[in-house]
Amino acid sequence: MLIKTPQKSFLRESAVTDESLFQERRILLKKMGFLGAGTLLSSAGSNKVSARFFNDDDVKFSTQKLHYSQDELNVHLIKTPEQKVVSHNNFYEFGAKKHQPAELAQHFNVNPWQLTVSGECDKSITLSYDDLINMFALEERIYRFRCVEAWSMVIPWIGFSLASLLTKVAPNSKAKYVAFETLYDPKQMPGQASRFLGGGITYPYVEGLRIDEAMNPLTLMSVGLYGKTLPPQNGAPIRLVVPWKYGFKSIKSIVAIKLVEQQPPTTWNRLAAKEYGFYANVNPTHDHPRWSQASERRITSGGLLTRNRIPTLAFNGYAEEVASLYQGMDLSTYY
Amino acid sequence: MIGRNRVIMLKSIIHISALLPVIYLYSLAFSDQLGADPVEELIHFTGIGALNLLLITLCISPLAKRIKKSRLIKTRRLLGLYAFLYALLHIINFFVFEIQFDGKLFINEVIERPYITLGMLAFLLLSVLAVTSIDSIKRKMGKNWQSLHNTIYLLIILVAIHFYWSVKSVLILPVIYCLLCVILLTFRYLKLKRFILSLLA
Repeated sequence: MLIKTPQKSFLRESAVTDESLFQERRILLKKMGFLGAGTLLSSAGSNKVSARFFNDDDVKFSTQKLHYSQDELNVHLIKTPEQKVVSHNNFYEFGAKKHQPAELAQHFNVNPWQLTVSGECDKSITLSYDDLINMFALEERIYRFRCVEAWSMVIPWIGFSLASLLTKVAPNSKAKYVAFETLYDPKQMPGQASRFLGGGITYPYVEGLRIDEAMNPLTLMSVGLYGKTLPPQNGAPIRLVVPWKYGFKSIKSIVAIKLVEQQPPTTWNRLAAKEYGFYANVNPTHDHPRWSQASERRITSGGLLTRNRIPTLAFNGYAEEVASLYQGMDLSTYY
Repeated sequence: MIGRNRVIMLKSIIHISALLPVIYLYSLAFSDQLGADPVEELIHFTGIGALNLLLITLCISPLAKRIKKSRLIKTRRLLGLYAFLYALLHIINFFVFEIQFDGKLFINEVIERPYITLGMLAFLLLSVLAVTSIDSIKRKMGKNWQSLHNTIYLLIILVAIHFYWSVKSVLILPVIYCLLCVILLTFRYLKLKRFILSLLA
């Protein structure tokens, strides 16, 4: 009988590290790199350096070209360069700093996807990834986008109106509000897994609109920007865009839309009710308690010396289309 | 003892590591290569940089005592002055690039927003400390110099609150900074007690 004495260097199968474990540890190590370098050298600039340093296996999320009808009405608006739109994001699920989502969301998986539309309606539906792109005729909408932090962009979104989706499910008379929910998946969304990255928000992120706001033709379900499907940092595969409200209302990576009778809770309102209301309409006469909302910095091309501070418009310039929704309401109480 | 050459070397390292990042980031910002919003990046970088430098300044004297190298103290003024420079740039960024020379808005924001009021107060205090760090003034002030410069303990608390208050949600980084401040202040427990008692007396 042949007896094999294994050499000391011989590795048994059981000693081989499982690949997923190996990958997880690599992710952990990278995170430690971020944190270490981040706290030592402080702040934005150095994090950029550390990101460049540690991202050795840089696989970028791939977006696809979309077929859509062009927005010919708003071509006069000077658009924010695409590179800036996809690298300056508030998406705390992928880190609370503006540059983090673009770095930490590249492995996000959007296909398969499920978006359920249910609640107070006759025909609940669930949309697949392909449905999101193919079920409706897509159109481009060039909108101003105003963040509550007093900066703004002009973005060519691509999508379909929320009204056309809601009409499909036939809301009943009890449907007074629409509640939205972002995906909850801490394995894919590091901000949900770690308080350090996620900025102390309770997840999943939730948002809401009144039914008449939701049915307004301006309210858009966006699946793309700049001619292509959304990158993950901008809320792939589908997000809301409500151009007359502050950006945080425009919830990203939506998995559930529910028609409800009562006003639903909304994430930022829950966190700081005095600073962020349910309505969150862009309003230059109602300041955020910690900064003025009377003007904003429009992010365009050009460096530090660009004079880009402009007055903020009532309802972000969409008063003609939406002001009637709030007739008789005191907008400093219902901010 | 740390030799004189060592002190010169340490100071050179401080000059380089304080100046290089600032020059680098501003050059990126002017050519629009510092992310989508260079203004925000610069405001955050100089703000947190000033806080970091203040904390390092506060580390020097306990460290010098612990490792028994009294010459280390000679680097303290330089670090403090760089903290002042960063704070000055922080405010220039806000006035010139964020609100773009709108004087009325600037004054409004300083008065109406408590976290900016605190930050501005801390900056004025730091400016006084920077000016009185000049040798001839220091000599003229005699004993009063030390009591004036003890206000750095108040200043660091103001700055930590300013940072904590400025963020949108409860982020962990400001909390860590607040803790660091408390730790550095506990090294001066006795001194602070005497200082506060002398103020009350």
